[in-house]
Amino acid sequence: MSGTLAQTQQELVSEFAMFTDWQDRYEHLIELGKDLPLIAPEHKTDDNLVRGCQSRVWLNAEYRASTPLSAGTVHFTADSDAMITKGIVALLVRVFNDRTPQEIIGASTDFIDQIGLRAHLSPNRANGLSAMVDQMKRYALAYSAQSH
Amino acid sequence: MKPAAVKPAFDVEEIRAQFPILKELVHGKPLVYFDNAATSQKPRRVIKAESAYYATINANVHRGVHTLSTKATEAQEAARETIRKHINAKHAHEVIFTSGTTASLNLAASSLGHLLLKPGDEVLISGMEHHANIVPWQMVCERYGAVLKVIPITDEGELEPRRRDDATEYFNERTKVFAITHVSNTLGTINPVKELIAEARKRGIITVVDGAQAIAHLNVDVQDLGCDLYAFSGHKAYGPTGTGVLYGREELLNVMPPWQGGGEMIDVVTFEKTTYAKLPFKFEAGTPHIAGIIGLGEAIRWMEDYDKAAMAAHEHLLLEHATKELLAIDGLRIIGTAKEKVGVISFVINGVHHYDLGTLLDQQGIAVRTGHHCTQPLMERFGVSGTTRASFACFNTVEEVEVMMVATKKAVKMLR
Ligand SMILES: Cc1ncc(COP(=O)(O)O)c(C=O)c1O
Repeated sequence: MSGTLAQTQQELVSEFAMFTDWQDRYEHLIELGKDLPLIAPEHKTDDNLVRGCQSRVWLNAEYRASTPLSAGTVHFTADSDAMITKGIVALLVRVFNDRTPQEIIGASTDFIDQIGLRAHLSPNRANGLSAMVDQMKRYALAYSAQSH
Repeated sequence: MKPAAVKPAFDVEEIRAQFPILKELVHGKPLVYFDNAATSQKPRRVIKAESAYYATINANVHRGVHTLSTKATEAQEAARETIRKHINAKHAHEVIFTSGTTASLNLAASSLGHLLLKPGDEVLISGMEHHANIVPWQMVCERYGAVLKVIPITDEGELEPRRRDDATEYFNERTKVFAITHVSNTLGTINPVKELIAEARKRGIITVVDGAQAIAHLNVDVQDLGCDLYAFSGHKAYGPTGTGVLYGREELLNVMPPWQGGGEMIDVVTFEKTTYAKLPFKFEAGTPHIAGIIGLGEAIRWMEDYDKAAMAAHEHLLLEHATKELLAIDGLRIIGTAKEKVGVISFVINGVHHYDLGTLLDQQGIAVRTGHHCTQPLMERFGVSGTTRASFACFNTVEEVEVMMVATKKAVKMLR
């Protein structure tokens, strides 16, 4: 992990700021999707489907317990049958992956608006995106109980 | 039918000029609106008629002695007469105003269920029905212990033919209601409803037609079709949202129990017993969508000023052009290849999710529908989770189809 959660968010904002046209922005999103840490087949279950998305999105979270050298973190893997959706999940995973539950819970999600993504998403997609963020934060909340 | 001589020649540019929304930009690009099966755009005349009601004659109908109420009532009843003529119903009181096809079909199912369904009876529908013509029947079947039967669909998206050696295959002595879509919203298939209705009626089966996708594209003559009930929405026929019609044969409507209770639908109310108003008011509880109904009347008059057959011929041209062009895309499969189709084209592309395609087309100003189109059982039948659907109206052009082809190819390239 390079940098803090906030730094990763800022990185993404700068990355997307380079694009002036829709095609480049979406191509970048699709590229991001290709780097998504894929969910293991056995976790691709209905239980792991994120509700509120029009295309199917699976999200799995695992808690990696603290060691004497490091705090416990949440590891996300995911997948989607639609590429743009997968890009959006990848973007979120890049921000939230391998962070402590407290970091995830406390994270602001302003970067989504700063990327200008929400404005380019249909209301359905924007809802789906919020559903994904909520789901990630819910996992973090559940694990934060464990980490104390 | 009116004499053809008064109708202007079909001029798509002249028609487009009447739709204010077609001047809108989407993501900075001219709007290409190919989602007419979901809802069509509205010509200026319809928008004006609706707002003129609010601006000049707004009042409740059938209730007041005052001038505005009389004018509003007259305008609403004029719309009813326009619709009666348009679908060739015998009487204006056979035209019941509802909030849309969904409400019309719920009224039909609820009332018919109460009237005639007994345990073991069957309601027959087809495998290409919209959820609005499935779920209400499922609900009443469950309530009365009846069984829902389904006519299977062929790979082309037509009704599985009735076997020659057994002409009664679709229907049997337990079938009480036959509810079928005139035109499939997902496949575009035009069903041979007239023949089927004739067969059903010979057996004393009540027939219900979902005309949501037919009314803007086919000449609908309810007496010629011979159906008992015919449902449609105003908003898919250039009219306002929140309006719809249930046509019903007088003799049947007279014996059907009312669906919703309230004002307008009563004759005399006491706490012991209420007697109901005569047709059509028995089925029109509460204040109707007066402005919308007036707009719907105007939409029908607008369509009649053109020639529906000419509109349909134009839309067919678009369908043929789009079909040919789409099939040139590698890995593309059209879902719905019936011989008789309206301008609806559903497709899937190998390795391309319909949701991604819809998003990238939207970025290029093109509105198509993606998903299951409220026909989940049909999606299952074709083994797909959803499709991309383009559906045409009279104001669409060949150039717009071309724009969609270029945009689709671009999107596919990005997604593969
Ligand atoms: C075939 C068919 N039936 C019923 C409906 C429901 O119409 P509404 O939503 O206007 O009630 C639709 C609309 O999509 C349709 O296409």
